[in-house]
Amino acid sequence: MLLNISTTHTPATDLSFLLHKHPDKLQSVDLSSGKAHIFYPEANQERCAACLLLDINPIELVKNSRNNNNDFALAHYVNDRPYVASSFMSVAISKAFSTALNGKCSKRPELVDQVMPFQVTISVLPAPKGGEFLIRKLFEPLGYDVNLERYQLDSTFPEWGESKYYTLQLSGKFKLKDLLSHLYVLIPSLDNNKHYWISQSEVEKLLQKGEGWLGNHPEKEQITKRYLKGIGGLTRNALDRLLDGDGDENSPEAEESNPEVDEVKETLHQQRLRQTFQELKISGAKSVVDLGCGEGKLLKMLLKEKQFERILGMDVSYRTLEKAVERLHYDEMPPKQKERINLIQGALTYRDKRLDGFDAAAIIEVIEHLDLNRLKAFERVIFQFSKPKVVVLTTPNKEYNQLFETMALDSFRHADHRFEWTRKEFRDWAENAANANGYQVEIKSVGEEDKNVGAPSQMAIFKLNNHE
Amino acid sequence: MNKEIKIPELSLVVLVGISGSGKSTFAKRLFKETEVLSSDRCRAIVSDDENNQAASNDAFELLHYIASKRLKNGLVTVIDATNVQTEARKPLIQLARDHHCLPVAIVLDVPEKICQSRNDQRPDRDFGKHVIRQQRSQLKRTIRNLKREGFRHIYILNSPEEIDAIQVIKRDKLYNNKKEISGPFDIIGDVHGCFDELGELLVNLGYEIEQCKYDHKGFGYQVTNKNDRKAVFLGDLVDRGPNSPEVLKLVMSMVNSGVAYCVPGNHDMKLQKYLNGKNVQIKHGLEKTIEQLQGESDEFLNLAKEFLYKLVSHYVFDNGKLVVAHAGLKEEMQGRGSGAVRSFCMYGETTGEIDEFGLPVRYNWASEYRGRAMVVYGHTPVPEAQWLNRTIDIDTGCVFGGKLTALRYPEEELVEVKAKKIYTEPVKPLDSENDSLLSHQQELDDLLDIDDVVGKRIISTKLRNNITLREENSIAALEVMSRFAMNPKWLIYLPPTMSPSETSDLSEYLEHPNEALKYFKSQGIDKVVCEEKHMGSRAIIVVCKDENTVIERFGIENEGIGACYTRTGRNFFNNAALEKEFLDRVQLALKKSGFWEKFNTSWVCLDTELMPWSAKAQTLLKDQYASVGASAAVALKDAITQLAKTHNRQIEGVDELIESYQAKNDMIAGYSTAYRNYCWPVEKVDDFKLAPFHVLATEGEVHTDKHHEWHMKTIKSVCKSDSQLMMETPYRLVDLNDESQINGVIDWWTELTQKGGEGMVVKPFDYISYGKKGLIQPAIKCRGKEYLRIIYGPEYSSSENMKVLKNRSLGRKRSLALREFALGVESLERFVNQEPLRKVHECVFGVLALESEAVDPRL
Repeated sequence: MLLNISTTHTPATDLSFLLHKHPDKLQSVDLSSGKAHIFYPEANQERCAACLLLDINPIELVKNSRNNNNDFALAHYVNDRPYVASSFMSVAISKAFSTALNGKCSKRPELVDQVMPFQVTISVLPAPKGGEFLIRKLFEPLGYDVNLERYQLDSTFPEWGESKYYTLQLSGKFKLKDLLSHLYVLIPSLDNNKHYWISQSEVEKLLQKGEGWLGNHPEKEQITKRYLKGIGGLTRNALDRLLDGDGDENSPEAEESNPEVDEVKETLHQQRLRQTFQELKISGAKSVVDLGCGEGKLLKMLLKEKQFERILGMDVSYRTLEKAVERLHYDEMPPKQKERINLIQGALTYRDKRLDGFDAAAIIEVIEHLDLNRLKAFERVIFQFSKPKVVVLTTPNKEYNQLFETMALDSFRHADHRFEWTRKEFRDWAENAANANGYQVEIKSVGEEDKNVGAPSQMAIFKLNNHE
Repeated sequence: MNKEIKIPELSLVVLVGISGSGKSTFAKRLFKETEVLSSDRCRAIVSDDENNQAASNDAFELLHYIASKRLKNGLVTVIDATNVQTEARKPLIQLARDHHCLPVAIVLDVPEKICQSRNDQRPDRDFGKHVIRQQRSQLKRTIRNLKREGFRHIYILNSPEEIDAIQVIKRDKLYNNKKEISGPFDIIGDVHGCFDELGELLVNLGYEIEQCKYDHKGFGYQVTNKNDRKAVFLGDLVDRGPNSPEVLKLVMSMVNSGVAYCVPGNHDMKLQKYLNGKNVQIKHGLEKTIEQLQGESDEFLNLAKEFLYKLVSHYVFDNGKLVVAHAGLKEEMQGRGSGAVRSFCMYGETTGEIDEFGLPVRYNWASEYRGRAMVVYGHTPVPEAQWLNRTIDIDTGCVFGGKLTALRYPEEELVEVKAKKIYTEPVKPLDSENDSLLSHQQELDDLLDIDDVVGKRIISTKLRNNITLREENSIAALEVMSRFAMNPKWLIYLPPTMSPSETSDLSEYLEHPNEALKYFKSQGIDKVVCEEKHMGSRAIIVVCKDENTVIERFGIENEGIGACYTRTGRNFFNNAALEKEFLDRVQLALKKSGFWEKFNTSWVCLDTELMPWSAKAQTLLKDQYASVGASAAVALKDAITQLAKTHNRQIEGVDELIESYQAKNDMIAGYSTAYRNYCWPVEKVDDFKLAPFHVLATEGEVHTDKHHEWHMKTIKSVCKSDSQLMMETPYRLVDLNDESQINGVIDWWTELTQKGGEGMVVKPFDYISYGKKGLIQPAIKCRGKEYLRIIYGPEYSSSENMKVLKNRSLGRKRSLALREFALGVESLERFVNQEPLRKVHECVFGVLALESEAVDPRL
């Protein structure tokens, strides 16, 4: 909400020339949902301090905001946006200090490239998923001294712990235009939550403001990813250009959870899909249903193989299905290909005739999202009623979790997991389900195997007895 | 000349005649416009030209499609096309068969010359003479085949005069249509010659049986019922048992004298064939019957043969609400007549497989039954008669040593007589399939069908007629339900949303009691109850007296003695041990207070608020509420400090800014105080506070017929038994005609909200109340000024913001509240009436679906 820039350069009031704002006046600029005020708490030869104070109207903010996807319905109305330094601050910087940011100073052009000692205070700066460690990693390589104060969530309830907010103090010798560019990029990057829609033009802004420093920044990937709010395509695009076209095939895609776990998961997931695909292919299945198809990664692979004549993707989330439609370019598919595939919304705890008559079913990383006591219903839906001839099913191997360093003990790999099984638990369940419903089952592992705890993921291949 | 043509009330009438024979005129004169489907018209619809022969394929496809929809819906349908060829009629016969209705042919056989001259007068019919001639020869060639093709009634009108003479098409009722007879009935399962047990059962049911002289009507028995009840026999009167002839005599007497109805069973039909001299296999008990019939007179045997022959496959009684058939009947076959219907009534549906006892594997049609009519049947011996989807098999295997069962209608009460002995050893033990603790319905309900929830749905409720769920809302609900909700068997109710009061016209208030009270007054309500609104989380609690009840009543195994779930059906607790302890405590309080005895129940569903808010909303509080408070407090303090420094430099305009930021600072402080009121640490059960406010339902009763004072008092007596965990809700009764009471309650509210309370809920005294335009809001909330900071944002109360916020509209919210209320009450009623789970679930699902409608979440 508040940015305070001060200098002890002599004469300190040169700052006001650079900022192109009169030190003895309160000035305001309009923002989309409020105003920003510029004023000088100090302005003398020895010391000059300029403040940029946001005055965001929370009600206006609601009116201008897009539908965000927060689970909390009141998130629009009760939020920290008016009180923190975020992308609003970057917009305010570019509006209030546009000439300084662009390295212009008509009255005293010589000041533009002058390095001055600056002290910057930002209150308050949110730094979720990274905190102090991240703040330092972003600012220190640029040559700042970093001083941080962190705040409790609520002094009435100390057990709630620390908040994600800091008062950040930076000091160092810089050209003002560089300092402002750093803030322009790094504040929203730390905040990790843009107030406006991210589009291609955002990549241009980032590259422009990062010119001369971002390309060499050791944390450029993280800065870019967070600045672009983790939108995979845009991040890759920006990184490619930062790296001068030297495209990085393995750059991590955006996922909602822990980045450290993600990277492992990503390759593991590909492995899982490849293995599933192989099993389906070997089974000779001509029709396949992918239950919990998500955004359609497996479907995409299946479509490329002509053995699979009929493919059905089902997911409980309609929004995910819409993404799958997009990713598969369903609407633009040639008619012959379109005939082979269909997408439906459905839930695995309801009997569903649309699932009848398939040769094979893939159920990849799905069952752990069901409450244990609903598993019985799931078993009946699949093994008693739909009865595909082959079922390929995977789930995490809980034992392996201890090898993920970032995972807390007794936690799950994903916040929505209701359970994770050891190898024995999985085998017991699979064998029971198979026996009760006339299937044979074979267990395989997915991912590199550790001699103590096994592979990260496990797979069961069920085959219906006596079918031709 | 004939003046009338008779057709069955449900039939497919095929007009046959060459072009120009007057079919359309005939149809127009004698049938309803909508009953007639014309091929010419269909040609026009698909091609803009009713004579376009090239469009015939499309036209007939359309015609058949419409016909099949009409027949499905049980409507007479007339096909106005030439239909002179066997191939043209064949699909129509098939159509009639598919829908189990009778095909009727009416042939208009008019001389070619007349037809030709009629066509000549119509410029659009310029097809050559050869076309007419060809049609005529096709008609002549095939007319005698009509019966063989499958037409059950054939009328041939040989001249224009004969055609014109027909004045009326008389529609005959089907034999199975007894809709006008509504009982009461005593429906009796398979007797199989168990004469003694039948006699005893009839007496128990209140029939008086007198022996009398044997004559053609009485057959030796005169049976009467003082209460004018009628017996209905479900067939299989004979075979296997000790005295089939006497059973026949008794039943024949009763049917002949009008005190009973009877539908045929497969054994009865086989006996009839035998008596008719047909070659039948004499086994499965028929040998016993034949032996027992040895001494009977030929006259009796003939009458018995005739009696059996005339039995109608099934009956539809009581305005279509009751169907009886020996082996049951699917919805689409009810009230229809065809070979397939008769066969289903006699044998049910089999899969073609044979089980380990050598018996045909029966397809359980009842598990998929979704019809409105109750279906009572027998045929398959079961150890106990059990309801399944409004169907019930009451063949309890008397002849195998089980019992003879009757179902009283409309009471739905079972009356049984135990078999005196095992007359025949069953091939398959009676209870061979009964290895589960759950009832058939519960087992079936174990798995809901997606077809019962997805797509656009219309749910009829008692309180508010039909409620429509849009497809997109069902889509959203499916995700919430299947990803987050508990076992659906626990979810017998979800609470409705509640509208706030109209926006206050007092400048500093968004909501004030004035408007809430005014609303009810304007609806003609004189007395309301004002209950303190607790700020915790809404929780629905279902608790059973013991595990046995959980199995018997809820069909749930190994999931504890109850459930506590949120307004979206999610389990309230993440911690199973804590959940158990909590439910045990509630159960104990109910027990101590004598609740189970008082209500003669072994379960209860309570509507409650469970506090503290922080127990369920911990993440939300930390991520959202405390975060906003923490960041704002620091940032505002720093801003004010810097502004103060600037003020010291005497910069113009800074004073106003300081004032404005100071005001923000005060509002943030108020906001933090507000949410802190609803937080306290929870480590054990004793840290919770449970405030029940509705006793929703107990066995056999939905308590929405009681007023709110009753609910409050009933709850008070339970709360006393565990005042550590449970708390009463403070409330006041207000007479809306008494100004001092109104002022009193406003003062109460003001004090309450100043102390940090959320506010209050105003309800009409009666749980369900009606106003001038029907059902009115069951409750209106009125929230405190400070509390609203955590809903509308900390700074909502600034005069500038208030102006914007006061412009709010409640219409949608109120309409939603009413629809959800109706669905909630409906789901409870259905559960209490022991309806199948899907019927309960559809209402609960409906509430969730409606909740996904876009409404301002701050309301």
